Amino acid sequence: MSNADSELIAEFVVESQEGLVNIERQLLAIEAGGVDVDVEIVNAVFRTMHTIKGTAGFLGLDRIGALAHSLEEVLNGMRNREISTSSELVTTILHAADYMKQMIDASETSNDVDISVHAAQLHKFRPGAEPSAEHDRPVCPPVSPTRLDSSSSMPAAAAMNSDAVREFIVECCENLDQMDLSLLQLEKEPASDKLIRVIFRTMHTIKGGAGFLGLGRLEKLAHAAESLLGRLRDGTLSISSPIVESLLATVDGCREGLRLLELGRDDDQFDPEPIVRRLEAAGRGEASSSKAGATAVSPSPAAVVDGPVAAEIDSVEKPEAAVAAAKSQSETRSGGNGSAPEGNIRVDVGLLDKLMTRVGELVLARNQIVQYTSRLEDPGFISTAQRLNLITTELQESVMKTRMQPIGNVWAKFPRVVRDLASQLGKQVRIEMEGRETELDKTIVEAIKDPLTHLVRNSVDHGIESPAARRAAGKPEEGLLLLRAYHEGGQVNIEIIDDGAGLNLERIRQKGVERGLVSTEQAARLSDRDVAQLIFAPGFSTAEKVTSVSGRGVGMDVVKTNIEKISGTIDLQTKLGHGTTIKIKIPLTLAIIPALVVTNDGDRYAIPQVSLLELVRLDGEAASQGIEYFHGAPVYRLRGKLLPLVHLSNRLAITDRSTPDATGSDRVVNIVVLRANDHQFGLVVDKVNDTEEIVVKPLSRQLKGLPEYAGATIMGDGTVALILDVMGLAVAAGLATDLRESNRAAAAQNDGRAGRRMETLLVVDLGDARRFALPTSMISRLEKVSAAEIEYAEGREVIQYRSAIMPLIRLHEVFGSRSSSDVVEQELQIVVYAEDDRRYGFVVNRIIDIVEIELSFAAQNDSGGNLLGTAVIQQHVTDVLNLHRLARHVGTPCFAIR
Amino acid sequence: MHCSTRQFCTFNVENLFLGIDVQQIQEVIRYQGMTRVPLADASISGLINLRGQIVTAIDLRVRLGLPPRDPDAVPMNVVVRDEDNAVSLLVDRIGDVLESDDELFEVPPTTVSGEIRDLLVGAYKLPGRLLLVLDIERMLAECDTRAADPRRAG
Repeated sequence: MSNADSELIAEFVVESQEGLVNIERQLLAIEAGGVDVDVEIVNAVFRTMHTIKGTAGFLGLDRIGALAHSLEEVLNGMRNREISTSSELVTTILHAADYMKQMIDASETSNDVDISVHAAQLHKFRPGAEPSAEHDRPVCPPVSPTRLDSSSSMPAAAAMNSDAVREFIVECCENLDQMDLSLLQLEKEPASDKLIRVIFRTMHTIKGGAGFLGLGRLEKLAHAAESLLGRLRDGTLSISSPIVESLLATVDGCREGLRLLELGRDDDQFDPEPIVRRLEAAGRGEASSSKAGATAVSPSPAAVVDGPVAAEIDSVEKPEAAVAAAKSQSETRSGGNGSAPEGNIRVDVGLLDKLMTRVGELVLARNQIVQYTSRLEDPGFISTAQRLNLITTELQESVMKTRMQPIGNVWAKFPRVVRDLASQLGKQVRIEMEGRETELDKTIVEAIKDPLTHLVRNSVDHGIESPAARRAAGKPEEGLLLLRAYHEGGQVNIEIIDDGAGLNLERIRQKGVERGLVSTEQAARLSDRDVAQLIFAPGFSTAEKVTSVSGRGVGMDVVKTNIEKISGTIDLQTKLGHGTTIKIKIPLTLAIIPALVVTNDGDRYAIPQVSLLELVRLDGEAASQGIEYFHGAPVYRLRGKLLPLVHLSNRLAITDRSTPDATGSDRVVNIVVLRANDHQFGLVVDKVNDTEEIVVKPLSRQLKGLPEYAGATIMGDGTVALILDVMGLAVAAGLATDLRESNRAAAAQNDGRAGRRMETLLVVDLGDARRFALPTSMISRLEKVSAAEIEYAEGREVIQYRSAIMPLIRLHEVFGSRSSSDVVEQELQIVVYAEDDRRYGFVVNRIIDIVEIELSFAAQNDSGGNLLGTAVIQQHVTDVLNLHRLARHVGTPCFAIR
Repeated sequence: MHCSTRQFCTFNVENLFLGIDVQQIQEVIRYQGMTRVPLADASISGLINLRGQIVTAIDLRVRLGLPPRDPDAVPMNVVVRDEDNAVSLLVDRIGDVLESDDELFEVPPTTVSGEIRDLLVGAYKLPGRLLLVLDIERMLAECDTRAADPRRAG
């Protein structure tokens, strides 16, 4: 074959594949249209097929041409309304088109492929052909024995088309994952025709692919499953638990077959016979549990699911059920989990990584340019810089998005895991998912896969009780496992919630002592929350008996380590008899992180905000007396608990500040309270600047050996700043690292907690990166008013509110918001503050959240008393407003008119 | 290009006339402000922002065990590629790019001593002077192990 030819063929392949993809969509539209065929669509399909036929003929791809011809004939009949459209017809066409796709993919061998099956199928529909008793036979007739033989005798085909094989494997894996979900769904909604059809089609695709690639055994398995599915579809067989079981076993069998194929093994090493027999048995209506037990991949007591399924079959064809099934189907598809829809391409992750690096650099360059603009007057330059700013931000977001994957990708396998595990343990567990579409950076998705799987298995194994125990406890027999994911403050929260037995804290306390993790008196002093944390200790297990699933005492510590590796945290809340909630917080991405920038000895350092707990500022008296010395080691009494202090200057061996210096009362001590593992310590720095989004850059290999640094970043003015590694600092500073120590610290901390007061704060933003908080105790109402309602009194903005005049105070004007948006909003968000008889409306940009925290901060003097202080709320440095003072600031008595 | 000749970027450090194969050089830039790295090896002067790339600067004077630079003298950055990164070498003065014949090359005599001995590949015998060729790979790698030294006290 000449070069010119092969180029033509390549072009033909691309073109035809596009055409076939379109056809698929068009055919489904035809099917949906039912009897009222839209001739236009049929025409479009016909034209595409005609083109394929013509080109194939020209290129000497006779078999493809012949198949195209058969299809064309049928389509012609449809066009002329000689053939009435039916779902069966469309299915047949789709099968033929699928087959053609495979042939075109491997066009060079397409002339050796047998198309008679499809041609015959199509032929039946032609006008004049008998519409024979379609119902009794599967739509795709059994593959003829000769074909089976010929295909199994050419295992070389697999090697020859290794690209095709690889693609087949990838595609199949996706299809099988999808099928898992569909089957589980089907079990719940046995009346859903649509689901059966989807599963049937998927199985058929696998069968077709396997057949084409000469994987006879895989094909046989797929065929057996397909026959069973065909009967389900035709209604000659109704769904039962053994059937679903056998189909799930088929899915596993296919996976195994594919795995062997991936390893380069021959097809004949794979033995589908047991599963095929099982499928046949299920088709005959025999309970398979005893017979197929030996070969079944997931044997489970059928009784567990029998009840509800049978009940649902009785209420045949519930329309709502079908709708729900369709909905869930489309949901999983839009979740990016289904077979790749058109318009998607596969991209090398390495390329995305590179792109991300470049964008990081662009962000830095942008930051620098934006800084320059403040010094320049040139309006043209300024507006260009602003555009650059905007575009860069959008580009950064888009590139980040390319790396984002919905967490649903990880969750997709959980329904199956839970189902199998539950039936193995004789439990009933329903899994629910919220926030499936929550997106995370790909690297993080990879990293949390295993920890999450472990936690889910743990919840089913240890958390949820047996049906009998649940009944005895007055709970529904079916346990609930809820997975929930959502974004919060630049992080992703993942919760694994079960309504099971909860942790037996007494037992954990005991075990903790037995294992020597804590001493008896320590154990007695530990709070419930801290006791629960013990299960994350290495070598801890309370399982009464070791099961195959969990309870071997490895796992939870590994889970914790893995989550901390990606700067995440894990927390556990439990209530005996009511269930357990595990809460994981992880960053969205590791490349760009929020950080607190501090200055020390003239250099700036960035501290990742995940480690930040709070900021303490001591000035005047407090500065000279606040720091005490515990046998030479500086400490600070933070709410009654001794907080070890580390001077950054000392740590970095720049200057020695460990001895108290009496430089006068103007000295200010800034303590950044950090968390490293389970330790808290205060890092003393010269100045706390601001929080910023920073791009993390690794250090060159010459500096890799320094544990104090996590990397470096470039600040807005173009200088480089080092990123401190909080854990590294803590270790280098000699802070204890074993659990015993930390638990004592935790216990001590807990004692101090009692004296603290909880305060509810309303967190708002004023249109820039800063956050402000207002004590809700001072707020009377939240209102939204239209900008048109604003009137003026004495040159001030006021509105009429509850038949009084209420002055408006735009907080961003008071605090000199750096936001450049002078957009006139249509609607104002107002926080109403009442004092005596007067009300004041504070205008904020947006209400972010309401949080309850232990309020503790150092009073600041620099804002004219408008601030009560600064605290870290949800990992953001937040100024807490003094509304009383702010109201004084603007309030004049004349507004007190009733 | 003739295969038996090589081009060298040349520069001076103290009284040494040194060269690095141009293939290894990314660029030569003027001195610029840098961020110091506390705790790092003394030869590491700091970090430079080179168009968004963070480059570690190594002072060749310290690295080669030579006396410190006159505080008024402004060094130059010779940026060399190092794996995926770049490292800058601070030198006193930058010279021409010279082409030299491989035949003029000789390994250092055994009598050369001091820290510099291990960091030289050899020398090209140019008319009237010797061009000492630095072993970049070794120099960058050795910085490695030295930086890893836990020299932190208390």
